[in-house]
Amino acid sequence: MGSTEVGRRDLFKRAAALGLFAVPGVAALSACASGGGDGGDVIKRGPTSKENPFGVTKGNPLDVVVFKGGFGDEYAKQWESAFAEKYDAKISHLGTQEIRGKLQPRFNRGTPPDVIDNSGAQSIKLDVLHKQDQLTDLTELLDAPSVDDPNKKVRDTLIPGTAEKGFFGGKMHALNYVYTIWGLWYSGKLFKDNGWTPPKTWDDFIALMTEAKKKGIAGFAHQGKHPYYMNVVIMDLIAKTGGLDAMRAIDNLDPKAFVGNDAAKRSIEAVYEIVDKGLLLPGTNGLDHVESQTAWNENKALFVPSGSWLENEQLKSTPADFDMAFLPVPVLDDSAMPFHALRAGAGEPFIVPAKAKNQPGGLEFLRQMLSKEWSTSFAKEVSSLSIVEGAVDPGVKLRPGIKSAVAAVDACPVEDRFDYLYTEWYSEMDESIRGATSELMAKRIKPAEWLKKAQAAVDKAAKDPASKNNKRD
Amino acid sequence: MRQGKYPFILGFLVAPVGLYLVFVIWPYLQTIGYSFTDWSGQTQTFDFVGLDNYTRLFGDEVFHNALRNNLQFLVFVPVLTILLALFFAFMLNVGGRGGGGVQPVRGAGLYRIVFFFPQVLSIAILAILFQAVYRSDGAGLLNGILIAVGLGDPASPVEWLNSPDLVRWCLIMVLVWSGVGFYMVLFSAAMQSIPRDVFEAALLDGASRTQTFFRVTLPLLWDTVQTAWVFLAILAMDAFLLVSTLTPGQYGGGPDHNSEVLATYLMRNFNVFGQAGYACAIGVVMLVLTLLISVITLRATRRDRIEF
Repeated sequence: MGSTEVGRRDLFKRAAALGLFAVPGVAALSACASGGGDGGDVIKRGPTSKENPFGVTKGNPLDVVVFKGGFGDEYAKQWESAFAEKYDAKISHLGTQEIRGKLQPRFNRGTPPDVIDNSGAQSIKLDVLHKQDQLTDLTELLDAPSVDDPNKKVRDTLIPGTAEKGFFGGKMHALNYVYTIWGLWYSGKLFKDNGWTPPKTWDDFIALMTEAKKKGIAGFAHQGKHPYYMNVVIMDLIAKTGGLDAMRAIDNLDPKAFVGNDAAKRSIEAVYEIVDKGLLLPGTNGLDHVESQTAWNENKALFVPSGSWLENEQLKSTPADFDMAFLPVPVLDDSAMPFHALRAGAGEPFIVPAKAKNQPGGLEFLRQMLSKEWSTSFAKEVSSLSIVEGAVDPGVKLRPGIKSAVAAVDACPVEDRFDYLYTEWYSEMDESIRGATSELMAKRIKPAEWLKKAQAAVDKAAKDPASKNNKRD
Repeated sequence: MRQGKYPFILGFLVAPVGLYLVFVIWPYLQTIGYSFTDWSGQTQTFDFVGLDNYTRLFGDEVFHNALRNNLQFLVFVPVLTILLALFFAFMLNVGGRGGGGVQPVRGAGLYRIVFFFPQVLSIAILAILFQAVYRSDGAGLLNGILIAVGLGDPASPVEWLNSPDLVRWCLIMVLVWSGVGFYMVLFSAAMQSIPRDVFEAALLDGASRTQTFFRVTLPLLWDTVQTAWVFLAILAMDAFLLVSTLTPGQYGGGPDHNSEVLATYLMRNFNVFGQAGYACAIGVVMLVLTLLISVITLRATRRDRIEF
């Protein structure tokens, strides 16, 4: 029997080894397999009126999932209790960071929630959801009467241009609720102590950073592990140098968006100056957002690029007298747009899935979000602006960073505000350009090669037949 | 054969085999099925595209790159881990000399705990730990040491995980560091089952430590080494969590795909690019490769069994 015993042990051992295949990447797939079945009963619309344009009937459940990130989810709970009171609705609330993990299976089963705040690093890509007809067309919401003034349409109460961010295939499918501006940030105190003035031109910008370097402060920190941020600076400079046409060329996948575009060439060469002249914070190319922004908070670098969420994000590591301030990206000579031009746009997309059980409830929830009452409570809770124009009472007290951001917005007429869409439309192209930027910042490629790589990413995206549906003007 | 033996065995097997079929085999089959579609991963609708996803893999440079990187892991992770683990196990069990007979080196108990310690850390803690070790400015552990001893330049610290030449070696070191402890214990257990008199006989015959190791210990441990090799090869084919948390890019893989492995490319296609069908094809390739490697390893390292 001895020899068979060994043979059997051997067999088990091999079986165990082979059984381990369940562990590698393939295991991830098992969680995502799509299932069959449909969503069951759908809640129908009741009689509609100006006060209730979607025909919400009382006593129905509403399923809300919000991203619980920098804003927390307390603001959403306040909204929900207001909604529950008004429509006698039974709210089911989930605040989570794992939007994708929690919701992908539900989309696949055909039983998604009614309202989703699809944000954060683990959000579901909206271009993908839209391609598969999973999103409710929100045109109806834009045309509905506003909560505050039933004679006004919702679309006329929003900051111009903000709804467009949620357009896919020419129609609105996501409500990007938070109004964000992007650019550079600095410490007002550090500037005051050294008698520096914030630079408006690229030459002054470089000169100031060179001067700071002599005093032992690096010029520029960026979140190297996430090249998203550096791309904000590059793309903003391209838009400001070449005007809105240069921006549209990129979003519309123009064969000359980068290579053969003078504005892109001048901009990327200007950005490369920062690298070439050694003005980067040492090691910043490998740091993540927390590490680099904290180093900037410690006055190790003058500038850091980010959006207006930065202040909230850095609350714990910002010294009390730091006096955070915003600066639009400085301009090159003969720039098509003025210095005060800035990237501003709506973020934090709220969606109503096409297969939501309570679609009228979901749409009504979004309409209520655009009321003065709800947008003010949002601003109070998270110190950020919403896309509702002039909705926040002057009484709401804001911190220095967001206050300076609001001043920058006020100084910038609507026609000088811009916002890219390719990041929403073409995930793969975005990732490729980010990769090229990493290489440029690490001095491994030169501006000319960056242009080639970026153009290759654009050309690849243009080959996808689905890209024909996206067009901006 | 006794009456009712098979129903008895079947009764025990139904539940586990059923679970295995539903939660392991069925997802595998589904994955293979999806790899022939253009499924986006977000819906129930998709079209059958035949072998398109697989032919695309042939021309995909990022995929080739990932494959090459996996191969580098596949060569170095098992070799380094097994060599180190064997050495430690040998020293901790039979490496000691003097006092008469075979014994562990002094302080073996302490070493055993210290070496095994990385094994109890979850991969998430490991990632945070090594993010601090490899941090790219003067605050990083390695850079800090280099600067302190005068080898590093504070103005241009080494960007370990952002360097195309270093990033894969940095990851291999983490994999080896975290794996050695477990295999040391595995080999220790196997060594303890070798009769002591074999070692003592070798000692009496005047064998040195090296000779004892290569002539006695290693041949008697061959079965265990073989198993370890297969496990480590599977680990090297995966490496997903570590690469995706430590390196730049969405699901890691950076800089410029220099640390890309099949699993990270799979996840990016699945979750970021909305190309789940393509991701499934990568998954199937991973499955086939891992299977092949395991079978080849078991075949190629087969030796005559030594009975003791």
